[in-house]
Amino acid sequence: MLSAEGLRHVFGEGRGQVVALDGVSFTLTSGQTLAIFGPNGAGKTTLLKVLAGLIRPRAGSVRVAGGRRAIGWIGHQSHLYEHLTVRENLLFWATLYGVPAARRAPRAAEVLGRLGMGDRADQPVWSLSRGLAQRAAIAKALIHDPSVLLLDEPFTGLDLAAAAELRALLGELRGGGAAGRVLVLATHNVDEGVELATDVAFQRRGRFVHFAPRAGRGPAEIAEAYRRAVAGGTDG
Amino acid sequence: MSLAHKGRWITLVGLVCLAGVYVRALAFTPVERLQGPAQKIFYLHVPAALWTEAAMILVGLAGIFYLFLKDPRLDRFAAASAEVGTVFATIVLTTGPIWGKPIWGTWWTWDARLTSTLFLFFLYVGYLLVRGAVRDPRLRARYAAVLGICGLCLVPFIHLSVFLFRTLHPQPIIVKPSAPSLPGSMLATWLFSLAAFTLLYVGFVTQRYALSLARDAQQGEHADHA
Amino acid sequence: MGDLLAQAWAVARKDLVLEFRTRTALVSAVVFTALVLTVFNFGRDPTAVPTVDLAPTILWVTFTFAAMLALNRAFQLELENQALEGLLVSPLSRTGLYWGKLVANLVFVAVVEAVGLPLFVLFFDVPVGRVLVPLVGVIALATLGFVAVGTLFSALVIRTRFAELLLVVILLPFLVPPLIGAVQVTARLLGGRPLSESVGYLKLLAAYDIVFVSLASFLFRFTVDE
Repeated sequence: MLSAEGLRHVFGEGRGQVVALDGVSFTLTSGQTLAIFGPNGAGKTTLLKVLAGLIRPRAGSVRVAGGRRAIGWIGHQSHLYEHLTVRENLLFWATLYGVPAARRAPRAAEVLGRLGMGDRADQPVWSLSRGLAQRAAIAKALIHDPSVLLLDEPFTGLDLAAAAELRALLGELRGGGAAGRVLVLATHNVDEGVELATDVAFQRRGRFVHFAPRAGRGPAEIAEAYRRAVAGGTDG
Repeated sequence: MSLAHKGRWITLVGLVCLAGVYVRALAFTPVERLQGPAQKIFYLHVPAALWTEAAMILVGLAGIFYLFLKDPRLDRFAAASAEVGTVFATIVLTTGPIWGKPIWGTWWTWDARLTSTLFLFFLYVGYLLVRGAVRDPRLRARYAAVLGICGLCLVPFIHLSVFLFRTLHPQPIIVKPSAPSLPGSMLATWLFSLAAFTLLYVGFVTQRYALSLARDAQQGEHADHA
Repeated sequence: MGDLLAQAWAVARKDLVLEFRTRTALVSAVVFTALVLTVFNFGRDPTAVPTVDLAPTILWVTFTFAAMLALNRAFQLELENQALEGLLVSPLSRTGLYWGKLVANLVFVAVVEAVGLPLFVLFFDVPVGRVLVPLVGVIALATLGFVAVGTLFSALVIRTRFAELLLVVILLPFLVPPLIGAVQVTARLLGGRPLSESVGYLKLLAAYDIVFVSLASFLFRFTVDE
């Protein structure tokens, strides 16, 4: 369960001030996947950072059931230490996320297996190819079995095959109903996240200009709605 | 009357008082027996040193309150106090040698006041550099508060270290210009000077604060129109 | 509390594994220390001033430089792949992060000092045998003070321009009180004086450590968050 209430945030002050969030509110429950589409600078990353607790907003509040322990973050940067092995990284992050000591090694093995990285577990991160490094980053995000996943443009730099794999994985992870996870996915490319979404939002200049269940709409429809919502409207 | 205006008036009164102090010091206060006319710089030197330290303490206190209250006015005040403190420190560090040369024969001496003020000067410089190196105003205020608080806590250690250090290196001539047992007329001049410096501190800080306020407001206006 | 310690230890352990695995920083710091000691040797006239008079100063200036090197890299480690962001998203308490970094930095500096001290003894032919234990004690006390404040400031500068330069400028004033204490106690120890003569300075060092470890630990959360 994740809820945001009246989130407002600005960067800087005075003339150079940038309004990153301008009154964003929503609630998500298990099994929901919110895809947030918006152009660069719309405030998507800021919103995710506020949800993750990285930034304290000027106004408004966020509630995540389970607190920071329940959040997994997948962003542009992997948060992995290059000179540690994949397994060492996972064990470190598992410790920080409060995974009980006895569970850490088995859990790491489990996640590595699921991502098909079992044989690379003891390689240092610097030696991995980009695609594998990406997978390692996902492993790190999943190591503590988070009930909320925040994804900031996760498909960036992935080729079609890797992107499809990731979509499939996310679909699995999302689960369903009460046992499912909450996913919040931010991207500027409608095609990438549409199929996964149960709910869709368009963000522009820090505001949700559209927020509704996907209700079976296909990528083309959503893309059209997006073009209208984001390209239209008055500036200022 | 606007804040800047008030500040200017206070500073003016302070400067007039300071001039008065000088007239008094030069014409009406007796010449000190041991040190001669050069001792008169002491009327300028000591109050400036006291306010250098007081300004740092105020920067630290403003920092503590800022971290709890997050009021940008506190940060503006801290910045103003730090700049004024730096100016006063410079006054101390320049008048000290000017005084020291005729009395001790050297330009610099590691006496308690000069050494402490030198420390404070470095603290101020570091503080202002950090302020200059951070663009985001909130982050800047937070970092400045942290550094200010650390500076505040360092002040007693500065005194302690200087005291301990000096007991090992006694001054060649024992001069205690800060002894409270000053003859009446000297004490009066000194107190008058302290009052003048207090006015100067308040006046300068008010003006500097007003300048910050004006700058922030101006940027705010533009943001509204954007 | 147990959680805090476990987290802090995880951070410290991770840092130390990284440092010992890559070794670059450690080796550079050790080599630097040796170089500084060498330079000191060539920078003095052994006939003019007996070594034992300068020895404490040489030792402590060298250790101060070594500590600065160590502190510069403390948070650099977290910049690759934005690991710091990962740490801040996780449930890791800011205080736990501070303690973890503090321990890792202390170990790093301790290793450098452990190489530096024998080199110092060797190069300057200083008799430390009888006073080795109290000397190591003083080194530990002073180093804790340096590193406690330095760890706080090294986090503060990462989001500023010219981080390494700024770190040195803001940190040095804070290193002077423990430095004074350390040099004075070291001088007395090397001079064969009884420990009772150094009590004032030892108290200074202890007080400094208590105040600044607590302060830095508390203020850390204000420096590391965005």
